[in-house]
Amino acid sequence: MSTILEVKDLTYIYSAGTPFEHKALDEVSFSVKQGEFVGIIGHTGSGKSTLMQHLNGLLKPTSGQILLGGEDIWKDKTTTRQARFRVGLVFQYPEYQLFEETVYKDIAFGPKNMGLKADEIDRRVRRAAELVGLTEAQLSVSPFDLSGGQKRRVAIAGVIAMEPEVLILDEPTAGLDPESRAGILDNIEAYRKAQNATIMMVSHSMNDVARLTERLLVMNGSRLVMDGPPAEIFARAQELLDMGLDIPDVTRVFLRLQQMGIDVEPVYTMEQAVAAIRQRKEGK
Amino acid sequence: MLKDITLGQFFPGDSYIHKLDPRTKLLMVVIYIVALFSASGWSGYALTGLFLAMAILISNIPFKSITRGLKPVMVIVVFTGVLNLFFTPGTHEIVNIFGFSLTWEAVERAFFMILRIMMLITGTFLLTYTTSPIALTDGLESLLSPLKRIKFPVHELSMMMCIALRFIPTLIEETDKIMSAQKARGADFESGSLMERARALVPILVPLFISAFRRADELATAMECRCYQGGEGRTKMKQLHYTQLDFNAFGIGAALLAAVLILPRIGL
Repeated sequence: MSTILEVKDLTYIYSAGTPFEHKALDEVSFSVKQGEFVGIIGHTGSGKSTLMQHLNGLLKPTSGQILLGGEDIWKDKTTTRQARFRVGLVFQYPEYQLFEETVYKDIAFGPKNMGLKADEIDRRVRRAAELVGLTEAQLSVSPFDLSGGQKRRVAIAGVIAMEPEVLILDEPTAGLDPESRAGILDNIEAYRKAQNATIMMVSHSMNDVARLTERLLVMNGSRLVMDGPPAEIFARAQELLDMGLDIPDVTRVFLRLQQMGIDVEPVYTMEQAVAAIRQRKEGK
Repeated sequence: MLKDITLGQFFPGDSYIHKLDPRTKLLMVVIYIVALFSASGWSGYALTGLFLAMAILISNIPFKSITRGLKPVMVIVVFTGVLNLFFTPGTHEIVNIFGFSLTWEAVERAFFMILRIMMLITGTFLLTYTTSPIALTDGLESLLSPLKRIKFPVHELSMMMCIALRFIPTLIEETDKIMSAQKARGADFESGSLMERARALVPILVPLFISAFRRADELATAMECRCYQGGEGRTKMKQLHYTQLDFNAFGIGAALLAAVLILPRIGL
């Protein structure tokens, strides 16, 4: 697997030179491989959203570099514009950006801006709609007539239709009911498989990131403080709790079991928990 | 960019100016504007300028914030200056460019016009910098209350102003967010013909209007849940009272106005 995105010593200062000056990112460095599913966790104000807006060139770094496929995205205007299409960004509550008369037209907005041919736009819209589970009939209705969960799917499809190599999502399941949450997470995974795309997902749900991601980035106080596979990160449960972050529910249960003197390995997904319990049961 | 708009921004503080009754500040702004527009000649402007400078100094508002507020109106200021420079009749010609003569009178007039606009804006900004929107609308409501006699909905008007001021930063933030989101989908607001740029605003305006209506709806429900029903018999948590500070301020204001009106007559 080759490196697709590389962030080097990224620093960003808001309102530089005014009394409201604030360092939102402080020397952040990491790189992401193609096809990787990366979770970003950190509490509000830790710099997650600022970091995400740098990755597709919406914000310009105060210092540092962002390399996409080995090329600085701020090299020239064309490269920056290309970065917007190669790195898709789904904001929080993306359904509030829908504006077109029909679902179809709204999904087509991104591909149209890319300057694609009509039949290619059509192919991409239909494929994106299929990936997020929208029906043919729903394509011709107004997006404002849909339910909250469906609107969210349309908004995500609008970004997926650009077929970005890296898809970044800011809390894609916030404020949805459990069924819609599961559905949207499945859609994201489906897109990753179909496109061999890199996914970066900001989430406050530790259960979700533990289950889905292969790697976690932990932000705290504008800095990247941890970077590693979930098993490694959640093994440092106490540090996470000290930062005001959560740990998966099963990890909490197993840590408690350890404290009670029961000899179990720490786990972080439900499957692992089931396996561990089964092993103990059969072992006896 | 959008965040730099300072309209209606309030800097909390406890200076002499901050402590004044909002009604005093509103009336002082009126006095100040009258003085500014009655000023003719150097002495009048110097006096009004001194008054403004003192007020800024006392208010503890950082000078940078005040000049930042002037930036958006710079175009109008320059435009007025240029117009006055070339269209003021006079006799002491300096140069003649393509048939337009530039005279000393015009230079003086343009200078005073620019000074007047900048002082006007700075003075009114000082009001919003030192007065919270709620205090401001309270003051306005109280000053306009005589109009209730002729069935003018004073309370409703001030409530509307209060809500409008409260939602300016919210809507600016929202616009910023929607713009970023559409940019992430490749929307381009910076290039193309005028027509194309106007069309590029649709993806921002539609979601913005929808969210504004949604917010208005939610706010109306929330207000009704707390039994809001307009001004009739409504009491205030913070009653407005004039203090010695306010009488001092009125004294200074009256002195300023009198001086500006009298100075030219005694030949200064």
